[in-house]
Amino acid sequence: MAHITAKKHQAKLADELCKKTHFTKPEVESLLRMFKKYVPNSANLGHTHHSSRMDRTKFRDVLHNSFDMTDDMLMDRIYRAFDTDSDGFVNMEEWVHGLSVFLRGTLDQQTQFCFTVFDLNQDAFISRDEMFQLLKNSLIKQPTEEDPDEGIKDLVEITLKKMDLDHDGRLSYQDYSEAVKSEPLLLEAFGPCLPSSWARIAFLATFSEDV
Amino acid sequence: MLKNLNRGDDMVSTETIGKENTPCIRLHKDSDGLYKMSVQTVAAIVQVLNIARDRRLDETRACLEANPDPTAVIAGDRFSSVKGEDLSTYRYMQEIMKEGDSEEDIEQKRITLKLVMHIQKEDIDLLQSYAEAISGTSRPTPVTVEGDVALIKEFCGEDEDVHVLEDISFTTDHKFENHCRSPPWRQILGDIAYIEVKPHDEDPFFITASTTGYFVNKGWVKEKCDLDYEPAGEVNSNLVELLKTKSAKFAELIVRQPLESRKQQKAASDVTMIESRKDDANANEAEREKEREMRRKEDEEQRNKGRKETKKHLEPTLKWIEESPKADKKKKVVAKADAETKGSEAIKPRRPLASRGKSKTPYQEEDSFSESSSESEEEEEVLERRQDAGSDLPSDYWQIQKLVKYLKGGNQTATIIALCAMRDFNLNQETIQLAIRDVGGLEVLINLLDTEDIKCKIGALNILKYISKNAQIRKAIADLGGLQTMVKILRDPNKQLKALSAETIANVAKFRRARRTVRQHGGIRKLVGLLDCAPLSTASTPEHEMDVEVARCGALALWSCSKSTKNKQAMRKAGAIPLLARLLKSTHESMLVPVVGTLQECASEPSYRLAIRTEGMIEDLVTNLKSENAELQMHCASAIFKCAEEKETRDLVKQYGGLYPLVNLLNNVDNKELLAAATGAIWKCAISAENVQKFQELKAIDLLVNLLNDQPEEVLVNVVGALGECAKDPPNRAQIRKAGGISPLVHLLTGTNQALLINVTRAVGQCAEEPDNMAIIDRLDGVRLLWSLLKNQNVEVQASAAWAICPCIENAKDAGEMVRSFVGGLELIVSLLKSEEQEVLASVCAAIANIAKDEENLAVITDHGVVPMLAKLTNTTDDKLRRHLAEAIARCCSWGNNRVSFGNERAVAPLVHYLKSKDKHVHRSTARALFQLSKDPDNCITMHEAGVVKPLMEMVGSEDTVLQEAAAGCISNIRRLALANEKAKYS
Repeated sequence: MAHITAKKHQAKLADELCKKTHFTKPEVESLLRMFKKYVPNSANLGHTHHSSRMDRTKFRDVLHNSFDMTDDMLMDRIYRAFDTDSDGFVNMEEWVHGLSVFLRGTLDQQTQFCFTVFDLNQDAFISRDEMFQLLKNSLIKQPTEEDPDEGIKDLVEITLKKMDLDHDGRLSYQDYSEAVKSEPLLLEAFGPCLPSSWARIAFLATFSEDV
Repeated sequence: MLKNLNRGDDMVSTETIGKENTPCIRLHKDSDGLYKMSVQTVAAIVQVLNIARDRRLDETRACLEANPDPTAVIAGDRFSSVKGEDLSTYRYMQEIMKEGDSEEDIEQKRITLKLVMHIQKEDIDLLQSYAEAISGTSRPTPVTVEGDVALIKEFCGEDEDVHVLEDISFTTDHKFENHCRSPPWRQILGDIAYIEVKPHDEDPFFITASTTGYFVNKGWVKEKCDLDYEPAGEVNSNLVELLKTKSAKFAELIVRQPLESRKQQKAASDVTMIESRKDDANANEAEREKEREMRRKEDEEQRNKGRKETKKHLEPTLKWIEESPKADKKKKVVAKADAETKGSEAIKPRRPLASRGKSKTPYQEEDSFSESSSESEEEEEVLERRQDAGSDLPSDYWQIQKLVKYLKGGNQTATIIALCAMRDFNLNQETIQLAIRDVGGLEVLINLLDTEDIKCKIGALNILKYISKNAQIRKAIADLGGLQTMVKILRDPNKQLKALSAETIANVAKFRRARRTVRQHGGIRKLVGLLDCAPLSTASTPEHEMDVEVARCGALALWSCSKSTKNKQAMRKAGAIPLLARLLKSTHESMLVPVVGTLQECASEPSYRLAIRTEGMIEDLVTNLKSENAELQMHCASAIFKCAEEKETRDLVKQYGGLYPLVNLLNNVDNKELLAAATGAIWKCAISAENVQKFQELKAIDLLVNLLNDQPEEVLVNVVGALGECAKDPPNRAQIRKAGGISPLVHLLTGTNQALLINVTRAVGQCAEEPDNMAIIDRLDGVRLLWSLLKNQNVEVQASAAWAICPCIENAKDAGEMVRSFVGGLELIVSLLKSEEQEVLASVCAAIANIAKDEENLAVITDHGVVPMLAKLTNTTDDKLRRHLAEAIARCCSWGNNRVSFGNERAVAPLVHYLKSKDKHVHRSTARALFQLSKDPDNCITMHEAGVVKPLMEMVGSEDTVLQEAAAGCISNIRRLALANEKAKYS
């Protein structure tokens, strides 16, 4: 009986989700199946509503294996961005919603997503410090340089000059989205947080095969 | 290093003293104030050479140069170099064996002999190894050829990305007994076999393997069903190297093949040959090294001995010493020749007929030049590196340097940021463009194109796209191999990337070498492929817009590439024409400009002209003539200009109503390029008489005449050309006069632009057909100007001027007097009969026919020897020349005993043969000439013998009364002579 309810519940969920996301119903179903495969022992938790939840390590595994992501900090941030209710786990809905933006989001959606990822302290601004954090590994350290951080600092200034349209020394979402609109290459300005095109194609291929 | 020195005023020497009391090493000043060093022993030489260190070789060479015959110095004069058989050693030996000398003497001689033998042995060894090295550079033999081909065949196949060639094979399977495959009569010339090569990226071609090496021959000649054995390229001793130069794909792939390993596995049987080839280079090098070493040693020895035993004699032949510098020299000469050919390639001589700048006269260009636009050449010349502003580099420079540093040393994220920041500079500004290059940015940007990251590629192309507008950057991009990578990107699934890449190629491919690179790497096919992605419907979704953008960029790139003839052919083969035809239906100006631009560039090729007509593109071109966009109008007009060489096209232009918009374009007085294209189109369209009618209705004449003043030459050429065509219609001649066109036309006769002069003379000639016009021309001294153009260097101008003179003489009052007034004029025109151009000869004959109407002038030209000169021309087969030549002869007969002279000069019999010609005009003038000539009895006999009667009889039946009369007159003269003859017999 519980099994049947769960099935019914899942069907309903799938219906809802395919309306709200960029996926078709079979795709949603297949994504949900995939989710269950990743989190097989979800039933142990007992709750029907939060029957299956993915934790950080599992999620990072998925990002790493399916999307070739390697940057720990960014993967953590992506995990946070997926976890919209900030309960420390990614549940089914969050999973499908997240992937919808991740794989097929509109420019606006993806801009919002990236901004959230880069806004480390979630204060709705990307500050100089945050940029520094994000970019600190982006340059090869030259042993000859006196101040190894100078290049990074300069890079932060360059980015600010390019993106801080209201000149307040930090990036608001407004700044960010305007800058991305005029230069789409800046979407992932501070590091890769969206799947590369071929990783996306590969991933979409795996789950549409299920369908 | 040297101890115990004695110092004098002008010399320093060691204390150790050699035999004849000379110091072993002596440095002394000679009369010229230069220091010279002389040495006496081997030890001394070793010391000196040690001091010289790195310059040891130079020192040795200097020593050799100072002692041109070292053996003679060492061993005495009897061993000095002589030509022919050298028996000195033997004689010396005998001398020793003979008794008589003192013990000491003999001992001394033995040592010398031993030394000489050593030197000779060394000499022979060296020669031998050198000979081996030379023969190692292996001329091909039938066996090596077989081996080479079999080896390369291993790597052939269908797959473009793996196999180096599609196929390589011998043209024939038959082998002669000596293993050659070429026919015996070619074997005599050294040919071994012929190899057919099918590369992936080029047309198939044929290679001759001959004993001198491999070279590409001129390929298969269908008519002969045989090869054209003439070499079409350089001889290369190595088949692989030759193929590398011919096919970029081959060069790219062959290095990836595990050639060495497979070579050994496979060719166990002919190991020796392959081994020797493989090690060639090394062997050569080693050999040379060895040789140098030996030479050094020997020199030392020789010099030493020379000082010690100046009276003793020995001698090795010194051939090898001569050999090596010669070989070197040869190499240098080759290198130099290479450099020269390269140089001459870069700076091609301007074509003789060229008008300045961008001439738009199509036919001249396609004939004399592979480039259809002259702009490309100019660009290639603009390559001197601009001096950097050295002292005050702008702050931008340092900014850019910093960004490039981040590009180099940053990960993908930093790279993107740096690329985006770079875009904020004004990339159209030259200082910025050069700054990027000077700090090494181009290398990095091009390297980025090779990465996997799409964003980096897009970012890099975004910058390259702008900076490649600079000619120097273009060249640098090509030098860095950027084109190859960009061509590869054209296959990328990402449309934005494709479009950017194509757009950048469009900028870079503005010079010849770049265009060739694009073609050789299969770029043309890929670019043509881009044209295909645009749907016909007007773009509405972003997806569609992107497709259209890709097609537009593809068209832009093709436009740049289409300036090379070979690229035009490659485009046609890749199926560009129907795609262009489809894009021509587009409504976007941004699309139409490159499409029409490409078409007008390609229209210099007859195949394209045909396709443009048959694919229905004329209609679209005419439609776009009415566009608002001046550039588009210009290209359309230009395309019509080039296409309207053909009558069908001209008719189509008229049919689609293109003449009106063309005439309308004449009102854009300020846009010279547009004007040049429009007038050009009108000129070519006016070749059809119906079109001239239409132009008349549209009052084009007045507009054209207005354009005769204050226009650049490229416009004038076309305007005058158009007027010349229009003036073929008599009413237009009057119209030109009424519009005041005669005077400016005559003034243009004083110009220097040859294309213009050809057209002006033609136009003036047409106008002179009308007596009223002629009066004006005469008043303006136009005939004298025409006459002076007979002296022009250009044969076309000469011919055209001579043609124009004909109607002038016909229609001028007192023409005879006028002609006589030109000092040296008659002599000049007669002397032109020596020209080698048929057209000049024909025109001059026509002019002479007119001049000869005046008896006095006829007398003058007879004095200048016109008769033998005309007679000499009679053997021609050119109908046009025959016609005017016969006319001239007919006219010249009426003076003195010219008739007899023509007979003496053997002009009569060839004339009779003219009657067999199919041209009626030739018949008419020939009959007239024969009639005139037949008034001399001897000529009658000659004619009769040549069988004149039968054809003349037929011509009496002609409908042409002039011909009838002349033929009849001639027959009656012959008949009369026969009667007189008979009468004489009987009486």
